[in-house]
Amino acid sequence: MSVMSIQEEKLKKLVKAAAEQVIASAPKLTALDQAIGDGDHGTNMKRGFEAVLGKLDAIAAQPLDEAFKSIGKTLVMTVGGASGPLYGSFFMAVGDALSRDKQLPEDLADVFGSGVGAVSARGRSQPGEKTMLDVLVPVLATLQADAGRPDLIARVRATASDALARTAPMQATKGRASFLGARSIGHVDPGAQSSCVLLHAVCDTLEARP
Amino acid sequence: MTDTVGIVIVSHSKDIAKGTADMVRQMVGSEVTVAFCGGDPDGGLGTNVSLIIDAINRAWSPKGVAVLVDLGGAETNSEMAVEMLQPERRGLVAVCNAPIVEGAVMAATEAAGGSSLEQVKAVAEELSAD
Repeated sequence: MSVMSIQEEKLKKLVKAAAEQVIASAPKLTALDQAIGDGDHGTNMKRGFEAVLGKLDAIAAQPLDEAFKSIGKTLVMTVGGASGPLYGSFFMAVGDALSRDKQLPEDLADVFGSGVGAVSARGRSQPGEKTMLDVLVPVLATLQADAGRPDLIARVRATASDALARTAPMQATKGRASFLGARSIGHVDPGAQSSCVLLHAVCDTLEARP
Repeated sequence: MTDTVGIVIVSHSKDIAKGTADMVRQMVGSEVTVAFCGGDPDGGLGTNVSLIIDAINRAWSPKGVAVLVDLGGAETNSEMAVEMLQPERRGLVAVCNAPIVEGAVMAATEAAGGSSLEQVKAVAEELSAD
């Protein structure tokens, strides 16, 4: 039996926390999606992240870039809704950035930015359309502006929460919610909510580290 | 059979996908290969990248494959599926911006005449031009 590397251990802890938080919030994601979408976001995300948890040992045993690509591919193959390719593309692009020349944690903002760019391209979407990008793009801006600050984690958490709340008054112009027109106003976006859950899980885990 | 563009139907519902494929076969005949898929990985309503990849490969023709989809996730998942095909097949698949039933019938009709993938896609997409 081989000894787990520190990186492997960290990655497992992070992915496990993120997956468990998504799974725990599935009813909430579904309720939000029933309000303004097709009501499957929680079920889909739960299925995807359960699949990731089921393979976590094999995923984390790989080099970091391959591990992220595996997470992405697993989500693409198991989520079932549009969020599969969207989150899947995020993680695959993160893996690609790490395969090229980027390093963690040094290039965190660049690596995260590659993921956000992939989501935008996959969804042909921009911020302001009431999607997960309305959380991811502000968080990217915080990572770029506040890199190296001792309170970066707290800032990311706050940015994600504030950005999520700001999706409520938006009118959806992308995805299923766009069919509702003005009726999409007043609910936070389910995809923005799941992005916030993932980011908060990562922040909590990083802060809890001894 | 392989000298016409293949047609793939991707719906959230396997019943809709199958029904659409049945209509295409009845209205256009069997000279066009039609494959379909629907449902999420648990068999509920939704779409599934690996089933879409399988359907594209079943409908494969050297002239390419036109994919007809219903709602948002079907399109996103179909585009993802195209990117996960063998590299030499990726450029020969077109996801059409067209209503699924009418688009599939029009696309298959055009394909049956031996048209190129571009023509098949264009005919299907005329339906959503206005």
